[in-house]
Amino acid sequence: MSVDSLPAPAADRVRRLAPWLWTSGSLLLAIVMSGAVGPVTIPPGTVVGLLLERFDLLAEAIEAPETFRTILFEIRLPHAALMALAGLALGASGAAYQGLFRNPLADPYILGVASGAGLGAILAMTVHWPTTVLGMATIPLAAFVGAIGTVSLVYAVARVGRATPVTTLLLAGVAVGTFASAITSLIMLLSTSELRRAISWLLGGFSLGGWEPVLASIPYLLVGVGALVALGRPLNVLQFGDEEALQLGLNVERFKLVIVVAASLVAATAVAFTGIIAFVGLIVPHLVRILWGHDYRRLIPLAALGGASVLLVADILARTLLAPRDLPVGVITSVVGAPFFLWLLRRAKNEVFW
Amino acid sequence: MSALLTFDQVAVGYPGRPVLEGLSMALESGQMTAIVGPNGVGKSTMIKVASGALRPDHGRVMINGFDVADLEPAERARHLAVVPQATRVPPAFTAEQVVLMGRTPYLGWLDREGPSDRAAAAEAMARTRITELAERPMGELSGGEQQRVLVARALAQSARVLLLDEPTAHLDLRHQDETLKLVRSLATEHGLAVLIALHDLNLVARFCDRVALLSNGGVKKLGDARQVLTPEVLAEAYGLEIHVMDHPVHGTPLVLAG
Repeated sequence: MSVDSLPAPAADRVRRLAPWLWTSGSLLLAIVMSGAVGPVTIPPGTVVGLLLERFDLLAEAIEAPETFRTILFEIRLPHAALMALAGLALGASGAAYQGLFRNPLADPYILGVASGAGLGAILAMTVHWPTTVLGMATIPLAAFVGAIGTVSLVYAVARVGRATPVTTLLLAGVAVGTFASAITSLIMLLSTSELRRAISWLLGGFSLGGWEPVLASIPYLLVGVGALVALGRPLNVLQFGDEEALQLGLNVERFKLVIVVAASLVAATAVAFTGIIAFVGLIVPHLVRILWGHDYRRLIPLAALGGASVLLVADILARTLLAPRDLPVGVITSVVGAPFFLWLLRRAKNEVFW
Repeated sequence: MSALLTFDQVAVGYPGRPVLEGLSMALESGQMTAIVGPNGVGKSTMIKVASGALRPDHGRVMINGFDVADLEPAERARHLAVVPQATRVPPAFTAEQVVLMGRTPYLGWLDREGPSDRAAAAEAMARTRITELAERPMGELSGGEQQRVLVARALAQSARVLLLDEPTAHLDLRHQDETLKLVRSLATEHGLAVLIALHDLNLVARFCDRVALLSNGGVKKLGDARQVLTPEVLAEAYGLEIHVMDHPVHGTPLVLAG
C-alpha cells in the first residue's frame, strides 16, 4: 500500500516517521551484519539471538558455540560499535559544519581536525613516546590534542576584530591544515620505520580493539552530538547569513563558537580512535538533505544515524573484499564515496540541491 | 510623544572613508520615514547601525530608551525588526518556517516554538496575506511573495520599530505597490515606527509621511515629501537636473530626472 492511499493524517505521520525508521532500521541491520560477517561467519539470526540473550531478553540461552560469543562480544561488536560511533560523529559534525559555513563542500575536517590529528598521531608514532599516558592510549590522545589544538589555532587566527567571519574561518582552516599536513609528510619522510603504520592510520580504519576506545569516546560524543542535535533550530536561523541572523536576535558569534567547539570535539574524537575516514561526513548530510529536506532539526540526527550505517557498511566491505586482508576503511569510503557523490550531483542537478 | 528610535550624533565608517558623521534623527510611532540619497550615502549603513550589525564609532542609537550597544541581540530584536532585500533567501525553507524564525528573540537556543509563537506567526501571516503560502518552499515563491514572507517574519518579532532596506528593489510595479501599501498600513494602523531606504522617489512621495535626505554623512534635509522632493534640493543631492510635477491621481510630487 502506498503512502498516498492512506487517509491524510495517517499519511502525514508515515511521512514524518519514515526517515527515522529508514535510518535506525538500516543501522540495526548494519550492526547485525557487522557481527555476522568475518573469517568465521555467524548466521545473522544467531547474532540477533546472542544479542537478545546478552540483554536478558530470552527465557533460555540459545544454542551456539562458545567461540561465537567470544568473537561477537570481544572482537566484532566492539569494533562495530566504534565504527558506528565514528560514523555518527562524522555525519553529525559534517552536517553541522555545512550549516555553519552555509557551504555544501564543508566536511568534518574543514577546520583542520584531520591534519591536526594526523600530526599528533604521527608524532606519537615516530617519537617513541610510551604507548600509554595516564592510562590512556597515546596515539588517540595525541591525535585528539593535535585536532583540538589545530582548530583552536584556526579559530584564533580567523578572528577579525569582534567577529569571526565564516570565509576567514574557511581560509584559515585550509592554510593551517595544509601546514600541519606538510609537517606530517616531512616527519614521515624523515622516519622510515613507522611509515607503514602511519600511512594506514592516515587512511582510516585504525582501531585499538576491545571496548576501551568505545567507552572512552562515548562521553565526548554524547556531549558533542547531543549539543549539535539540540541546536538545529538556531542553525536554521543561521542559514540566512550572519548579519540577518543577528538582526533576528541570534547571538551569532557566541553561537558559531559553540557549533565549532561541539562539531570539532565530535570530529576529533572520531579521528582519534579510527583515523582519517574521508567522504562519510560530506556525503551523508547531502544524501539526507536530498531525501528528507534541509531542516537542521532533522538533518543533524538523521545524518548521524545515516553516517553510522554507512560507515558500518564500508567497514564490512573493507574487511571482506580482499579477505583475509583488511583494507583501511577510509580507502573504501573514498573509492565508493567519490563516484557516488558525483552520481548524486548529476542526479540532483535539476532540483534544489542546496 | 517620545521617540521609538533615535540616532544621536552617530558616526561610523571604514578606515579612511567615513560614511555617517554626526547623524541625528528620531522616529515616532505611526510614522513612516524614508531615507533617500545617492548610492553610498549611508542608507544601508544607517540600518546596520540601528540593528546592531555595525557599531557606531561615535554617538549612539537609542531604541525605546535603551542604547543599542548595551542590548543583547535577542533584546534588541524584540524592539526592532529588519526586512532585508529578498535576494538570497535559502530556497528550501517553507514560508511558515521562515516566519517562525521571527520568534528567535523569544526563544532560547534549546527551546522549541510553542503555541504563543505559532499564534504570533499565524497572525503575522494573516496580516501580510500569505497564510495560503505557509507550506510552500521559499524557492517556489515569486519575488513579491518572498518579500511579504520577510515582512511577516519581521512582524512575528512583535517589534515596534521596523527597518526596511530597499524592499522593492527587485519587484515589479504591482508588487512594489502592494509591499509599500502593506508597510504603510502597519505604521498607520498598528503604530509601528518605520524607517525605509528607498531609491524610487515617486514611491517615497506616495507612501511616506517624512523624507530624510542623506548627504555628507548626515541628514541634509528632513520634512514631508513636498518640502524635501524639490527640484533644487534633489538637483544638488544627485548632481542632475530634476523636474518635479504633480501626480495626476494622488497629487503627490512626481520626480523626473533629466
